[in-house]
Amino acid sequence: MMPAAATTRRPASGIQARLAAIVLGYGALAAAVCLLAPLVGSTHISLARAFDRSIPFADNVDAQIFFVARMPRVLTGAVVGATLATAGVVMQALLRNPLATPFTLGVSAGAALGAILVITFGAGVTVGVLSPVPVASLAGALLAAAIVYALATRPGRTISTAVLLLAGVTLNSFFSALILFVQYMADFTQTYRTVRWLMGDLDVGSFEPIVASLPLVLLAFAMFAVLPRSLNLLSVGADSASTRGVDVARTQRLAFLSSSLATSAAVSLAGPIGFVGIVVPHLVRLMVGVDHRLVLPASALFGAAFLVGCDLVARTVLAPVEVPVGVVTAMLGGPFFLWLLVRKS
Amino acid sequence: MAARQKELIAAVCVAAMLSGASLVRLAQANPTGFAPQIQNNPARRIVSLVPNVTEILFAIGAGPQVAGVSSYDDFPPETKALPRVGALLDPDTERIFALRPDLVIVYGSQTELEGQFARAGIRVYAYRHAGIGNVLQTIRDVARLAGRTADGDRAVRDLQAQLDTVRARVRGRPRPRTMLVIGRDTGALRGVYVSGGVGFLHELLDIAGGDDLFADIKRESVQPSNETMIVRAPDVIVELWPGSQPSAETLQRERAVWNLLASVPAVRNNRVHLLYGDYLLAAGPRLGRAADTLARALHPDAFPVADLKGPSR
Repeated sequence: MMPAAATTRRPASGIQARLAAIVLGYGALAAAVCLLAPLVGSTHISLARAFDRSIPFADNVDAQIFFVARMPRVLTGAVVGATLATAGVVMQALLRNPLATPFTLGVSAGAALGAILVITFGAGVTVGVLSPVPVASLAGALLAAAIVYALATRPGRTISTAVLLLAGVTLNSFFSALILFVQYMADFTQTYRTVRWLMGDLDVGSFEPIVASLPLVLLAFAMFAVLPRSLNLLSVGADSASTRGVDVARTQRLAFLSSSLATSAAVSLAGPIGFVGIVVPHLVRLMVGVDHRLVLPASALFGAAFLVGCDLVARTVLAPVEVPVGVVTAMLGGPFFLWLLVRKS
Repeated sequence: MAARQKELIAAVCVAAMLSGASLVRLAQANPTGFAPQIQNNPARRIVSLVPNVTEILFAIGAGPQVAGVSSYDDFPPETKALPRVGALLDPDTERIFALRPDLVIVYGSQTELEGQFARAGIRVYAYRHAGIGNVLQTIRDVARLAGRTADGDRAVRDLQAQLDTVRARVRGRPRPRTMLVIGRDTGALRGVYVSGGVGFLHELLDIAGGDDLFADIKRESVQPSNETMIVRAPDVIVELWPGSQPSAETLQRERAVWNLLASVPAVRNNRVHLLYGDYLLAAGPRLGRAADTLARALHPDAFPVADLKGPSR
């Protein structure tokens, strides 16, 4: 699974060369998985037929399967996997806690509350190509992030990670309580649907929801791009980072906002798919070390490959019945993570 | 020792023996507690935690005997005035006891609750959710418990006759491969749940003259991926939604969601039907009406135009 170019040996040529090697190696892995995944599924399709322009689209079942059923799933998996993995890296650096995930500070609980309200009470708004459930979960996620941000930041002061963590965890519990309350008011079928939503689902059915999520995702990635050097120093400690010239308050805000935006976009697109945001960063650190200039791009690419791969398992292993992708990531990620914990301690 | 004292001691001994014996007898009659024995008289005060059984009780004329219903009951409208006692996950035992029922209808999975009422000497009927045969048996069972055996038999015959009528109406006609959708996110082709090869909805589809697209998966509900739906290519898609028919605009939008699966025959031939009504999803006396609605969607030409409304019940 480990690409040849990404060995843990430190090449002498410096960070640029390693970055190039990592992007090439992990990029090749991600590209290979993303190219392979749409070819495999519960049914066999003919690629030649799928790309045959002479057959009208409505008559071309192979093209339908390829372009409606598989490609959107694979792309969603790539976007969500990359986003959750990098958001996890940033969250772990910001909180200086290896157990932090993109969902630690309540963003996913806010998203879940929004989604569950719409599933239970039926109302909700359609915004452009986004149907009511994604709209509500995006709103819930952004609301949760805004609340935590307002609670934990003071103008001009650095964020206390303890306060941030407590505010986030408390908000998480509070939203979870609201979710339980709404579920309690809902009837059985709605409760079942909300539980299913919580397991995550990449079968978005068209490219439109993916395109709609891209502005947020790209904004978050642009913010990630300026973070690595400061995150390296921040993960050692806020004090030593500021003595080395890092604007700690600004870096913390940027880290929090970028990872929250990324998580909001990912969760509203595919539900709160667990373990990607914690397992992928740790796996990547095992392979490339702790330098965020390498960990961030490698996590994005490896996260994409990991989630697309998990979804491939999810949709083929029990076909025609599907396993929720969140179950697959947890089943593969959980034992691995425990092994990692035991090994490290 | 005085004679009076001897008499008193004897009397106390006799009383103690008698009460001891009766306690033993009681304990033998009901080893789990000292509750009165359960009578076999018709139930006069019934509490139902199961909405479709409540519906059955009203349909067989036992409505006046119903003393309490679940928090989800809304049919028939008379149930709205009755005390609510929780449901599957949150039965309010105290409230149920306070209603002094002599029959409590619970879900088959509520075994603890069942034991609680049995210990209190209250009769319990455990409803198990299954196919149409089970619905008919439930009608017979609760009719017997409510002392309305004849009404129950009549309701069973009526329902069977309605189902037979529908079956006869569509007999010999080509049976479209039908995907019966029982849940979907609004405004998107996501979170789609369909009927699998067991349960009353599957049987209803069979009676209404359709072949279940997912009959091979022996579960009540299945969540197919878009790929599976494209590959299985249903001739007809029928969506069952609870509640009343929405605006024409909403209806149009929800139907257009399926246009994504352009190669599916149901979509190409404009045979996607959105049906609205609580009766479509309730395993009770209105199944006949549900079968009729379903058959009209699947086989419109089997029903003369003059007969557009269908049975009123």
